[in-house]
Amino acid sequence: MEYFIELLLSGLTRGAIYALIALGYTMVYGIIGLINFAHGEIYMIGAFTSFIVATILSIYGFPLLAIIVLAGLAAVIWSASYGYTIEKIAYKPLRKAPRLSALISAIGMSIFLQNYVLLAQTSEFLPFPQLIPDFPFMEPIAHIVGSTDLVILVTTTIAMLILTVVIKYTKIGKAMRATSQDRTMAMLVGINVDRIISVTFIIGSSMAAIGGLLIASHIGQINFSIGFLAGIKAFTAAVLGGIGSVPGAVLGSVVLGLTESFATGYVSSDYEDVFAFSLLVLILIFKPSGLLGKVESQKV
Amino acid sequence: MISAGELKKSLVVSLWFAFLTFPIMVVRVDPVESTVLWRWHNMVYVIVGSFFLSIIFRYLLHRRDIQTSRKESGQSNPDQTLIHRWLSNTRSRTIIFVSLLAVALAFPHMPYLSSTYQVNIMTTALMYVVLGLGLNIVVGLAGLLDLGYVAFYAVGAYTYALLNYHFGLGFWVVLPIGGILAALFGIILGFPVLRLRGDYLAIVTLGFGEIIRLVLENWGDFSQGPSGISNISRPGFFGIDLTLDQAIIYIYYLMVLFVVVTIFFVNRLQDSRLGRAWIALREDEIACQAMGIDKMKTKLAAFSLGAFWAGIIGVVFAAKTTFINPASFTFLESAIILSIVVLGGMGSIIGVIFGALVLILLPEYLRALAEYRMLAFGAVLVLMMVFRPQGLIGSIRRVYTYTPTKKGTTS
Repeated sequence: MEYFIELLLSGLTRGAIYALIALGYTMVYGIIGLINFAHGEIYMIGAFTSFIVATILSIYGFPLLAIIVLAGLAAVIWSASYGYTIEKIAYKPLRKAPRLSALISAIGMSIFLQNYVLLAQTSEFLPFPQLIPDFPFMEPIAHIVGSTDLVILVTTTIAMLILTVVIKYTKIGKAMRATSQDRTMAMLVGINVDRIISVTFIIGSSMAAIGGLLIASHIGQINFSIGFLAGIKAFTAAVLGGIGSVPGAVLGSVVLGLTESFATGYVSSDYEDVFAFSLLVLILIFKPSGLLGKVESQKV
Repeated sequence: MISAGELKKSLVVSLWFAFLTFPIMVVRVDPVESTVLWRWHNMVYVIVGSFFLSIIFRYLLHRRDIQTSRKESGQSNPDQTLIHRWLSNTRSRTIIFVSLLAVALAFPHMPYLSSTYQVNIMTTALMYVVLGLGLNIVVGLAGLLDLGYVAFYAVGAYTYALLNYHFGLGFWVVLPIGGILAALFGIILGFPVLRLRGDYLAIVTLGFGEIIRLVLENWGDFSQGPSGISNISRPGFFGIDLTLDQAIIYIYYLMVLFVVVTIFFVNRLQDSRLGRAWIALREDEIACQAMGIDKMKTKLAAFSLGAFWAGIIGVVFAAKTTFINPASFTFLESAIILSIVVLGGMGSIIGVIFGALVLILLPEYLRALAEYRMLAFGAVLVLMMVFRPQGLIGSIRRVYTYTPTKKGTTS
């Protein structure tokens, strides 16, 4: 029973992190109908930025709380900037092009960013400093759930709540929903669509950066290639929940996290990634619209 | 020519990039030694580089927009390059083809120019030519983006490696088996995913490719895991034992033969009923169905034929290197083959050949740039899509020109 609870909680933690990345996919897809293949790389750059800032600050002897806040802030700022710039260079000139062109461009961007970090930094795995201390009040249940897991769950929940409020109640959120429903119509009623797309990329990238920081301090090491797998898994989660739907992304992430956790716990840990990929293939074949997605019909 | 406003814009861009690349390019920390390395010179490179690149980028974008607006208003003719004119003429086409073939055949015997090492590189380049032509069927002709193409390549390579290891079967026996098995995998993958739209299909094929690699890596009893299979026999030559140098030249000639055969097949295929069905499918799926084309059959044919070539080259790859492991079949390999097709021009045979030679040979000969290879591949994909989606030597769309007769116009 204890093992079951342990797996359940670790699955929830995984799911929470996937959710942070999956949101970026689902929001971008909702607005411009593009699978932002480079999104995993944004998450990787977020992790790298926070790693660099945290290491510098700890060398200069800053207090732990300041390190966490500044590293998180740096990750969000730079990831958002990368997201914004990528959209301007690789996607904006392709607005009117066929979908496959934009997808190939996104794949190119992803390969480019991976190798950019590889060349500018290193190909080795780097140890990520432990930013989150072991809380004393967590002592009695520490063998089931770690302090990092708790922080991840709480942070993700807060981030989701903020995002929901932004999308539901603010002017910019309204404009985002309008753009995703009908871009031409949104333009006609005076919404600056280019700006809304930029904002979407910025919000999605910031979420990914938070995910990058959290997962790096959870696993304890980073590398230039972490973005690829995390990106694919988050995409799986987004598709599972129904791509384009924000609550769907969260639901899909939790389902994927739990599936992975239980499958590795009860079946075999060798095939951890195979489970995720198989799940992706199965959903796309049997229910491409996902759990909460809308069915789109195609017209000539 | 360049206004002050343009320069100001570029200056802003270069400052933005200086900020953007600051943590990754300038700072380098060593968490074990607790040292920080500040590489300010990189920032200077970024500022200067992005300043000029942004001018070029905007200029090209501007030119592209002018061209598209011209095309829309029907002022410019479809891009007919010199190469296209040569190729459309049967006589010059034969001359080009024969002379290229002569150079290819003479290559291993050229003094100074060729060595065993050079021949080896050329063989690799030719393998990518065939892989590119195979993927071209799926991506270029049928318009199905396949990101897991390397899986079929792996199927071919492992078929030969395992059959050779367990049963001692030779190269020529396994060659068709590898191809057919890969084609079968193409059908197995293709069958369930054909209902999917373009971008979903891309992701599923990517997932499929990764599953194959992960299974090969983890199922040790079957594939010997990450350590791979070694001591695979080289192709036999009528039972005669070849020295290593001879064997390399022999494989080179085999590849030249394969390239010629592939070009012949793909060229014929393109003009066949099936080829035209693929192009129709690429242009508009629904309209294509309405014309009575069986979507399922056409797509499956594209998948399995594309996979067949990958399987064949997989067998050649295993025979050439005599050692394979799952690390040779990562997603990056698929991305390289895709770059070849995209750079050369989707759907264009001559373009794909050109793309493969450029992308494989250039990094080999410019050793200093070899580590920037993948960086350049990524940039090639983005820039080609933005500025020249039809590729360097794009395929010419066949246009039916209707010339109204007098009778037609008066009525």
